[in-house]
Amino acid sequence: MFSTRAVGFGPALRQAALRPRNVALRNVMLRRTIQTESLPPSAAQQILNKQRLLRPSSPHFTIYQPQLTWIASIANRMTGAALSVLLYGYALAYLVAPTTFDSTHVVEFIAGLPDAVKYTGKVLLAAPFAFHSFNGLRHLGWDIGKFLTIKGVYASGYAVLGATAVSTVALVLM
Amino acid sequence: MQSLVTARSSVLRQSARSFASSAARAQATPLQKPVLNKEFKIYRWNPDEPSKKPELQTYTIDLNQCGPMVLDALIKIKNEIDPTLTFRRSCREGICGSCAMNINGQNTLACLCRIDRNASKDTKIYPLPHMYIVKDLVPDLTQFYKQYKSIEPYLQNDNPPADREFLQSQEDRKKLDGMYECILCACCSTSCPSYWWNQDEYLGPATLMAAYRWMADSRDTYKAHRMEKMQNELSLYRCHTIFNCARTCPKGLNPAAAIAKMKLELAAE
Repeated sequence: MFSTRAVGFGPALRQAALRPRNVALRNVMLRRTIQTESLPPSAAQQILNKQRLLRPSSPHFTIYQPQLTWIASIANRMTGAALSVLLYGYALAYLVAPTTFDSTHVVEFIAGLPDAVKYTGKVLLAAPFAFHSFNGLRHLGWDIGKFLTIKGVYASGYAVLGATAVSTVALVLM
Repeated sequence: MQSLVTARSSVLRQSARSFASSAARAQATPLQKPVLNKEFKIYRWNPDEPSKKPELQTYTIDLNQCGPMVLDALIKIKNEIDPTLTFRRSCREGICGSCAMNINGQNTLACLCRIDRNASKDTKIYPLPHMYIVKDLVPDLTQFYKQYKSIEPYLQNDNPPADREFLQSQEDRKKLDGMYECILCACCSTSCPSYWWNQDEYLGPATLMAAYRWMADSRDTYKAHRMEKMQNELSLYRCHTIFNCARTCPKGLNPAAAIAKMKLELAAE
C-alpha cells in the first residue's frame, strides 16, 4: 500500500518525479521572454496618473434597465422643461408680436385646423401637463416622508400613470 | 502510473463493496446532465491597449457544468476559457461587496445574482455604470471612497462616558437598522443618474446614507456639524428622489428613504 497517494504526493509532484524529461522541456518553454525594468516606488504615481488619463468611462443610461423609477424621473424633467418652454415661448412671442399672438388670432387659427391635428395637439399638451402635475404631487408626498418604500414608489408611480391616462382622455374630450 | 493507482484503488473499492446486493448499484454511473449552452457577453477593456475601444466579448458556457450564480460563471470563464478576464471578487456570499457589476442592466453583486437559465437569451455583464474603468469589470472607486471618507464615518463624541461603554436605548438602536448593514459595494451610487452627471460634487446614495447613519446615532454629538456640511446645493440636494438606489440595492436597503429623512430634518432645523 505504498502508493504515491498514501504518501500524500499531489498529481503534479508525482508527474514531476516520474517524468524528468518533460519537466525540463516545460521549464524551458515557460521561461519569460518579457523584459522588466526596475523603477523607484515614486514612479508608481506617475504610471497611475498616465493610465488614469486613458481610462474609458463605463456605459450608463444606454445599458441600464429601463425602470419606472428613473424613467418617470426623466419624464418629469422633460415634461417640465417642455411645458416651461411653451409657456415662456408663448409669453415672449406675445411680447414681440402682440397682434399675431393674441387670443382671438390663436383661437381662429386653431379652429381652422383639421380634427386630426386638433386632437393630436390636445393629447400632446394634455398628457405632459397631467403627468407633470400628478408626479409633482408624488414628489411632494416624498418630501413629507410618504411612499418611501419600493412598494410605495411603484404603487404611487402606477397611480400617477393611471391618473395621467384618465385625465388626458378627459382633457382631450373637453 | 496514475491510471495504475486509480485502477488499484477502484479494485479496492469494489472489494470493499462486494457484499452489495445488486451489481448494478456498484456500477452506477454519475447522472449525465444534458448540455445547456448559454452566451455571456462581457465588457472588455485592456489598459495595455488603451487605444482599442471597449467591446463586448462573447463566451459560451454549459450551465449544467457551472454553479448557479453569475460569479460562478465568471470564475468558470476565467479558469477554463480566458484567464485574462478581470473582475473583483472575494467572499462569494454577498458580504464583501467586491463583485458589484451591472448584470442584464441592473447593478447587483454577481455572487447574489442567479444565472437566468433561459439559454436562448444571453446575459450581458458590464462594469458599474459611469465609472472610470481600470480593466474589464473593475471600476476605479477612488472617488467613491474619498467621498465616504469626507463624511467622517465614525463616532464623534467629545464627552465619552469615563468608566464604561456608550449606552443606547433599544429605540435609538433601532434607528440604525437598515443603514448600518451597508457594505459599500457602490451598486446604488452608480445606479443613480444624478451621480452619473455630478459625480465630482454630489455625494451619492451610499455616502449619504452613511452620513445619515451617523446623524441618526444617539451616541454621536456632532450632528449639527454633520448637517452643516450638507447645507449646499450639490452634496445632498442633487438627489432628485429617483429611487434607483433603493431599487438596485443587493442588500435590500433603502438609501433614498434615508436621504429623504435627512432632507426633512434639514428643512425642519
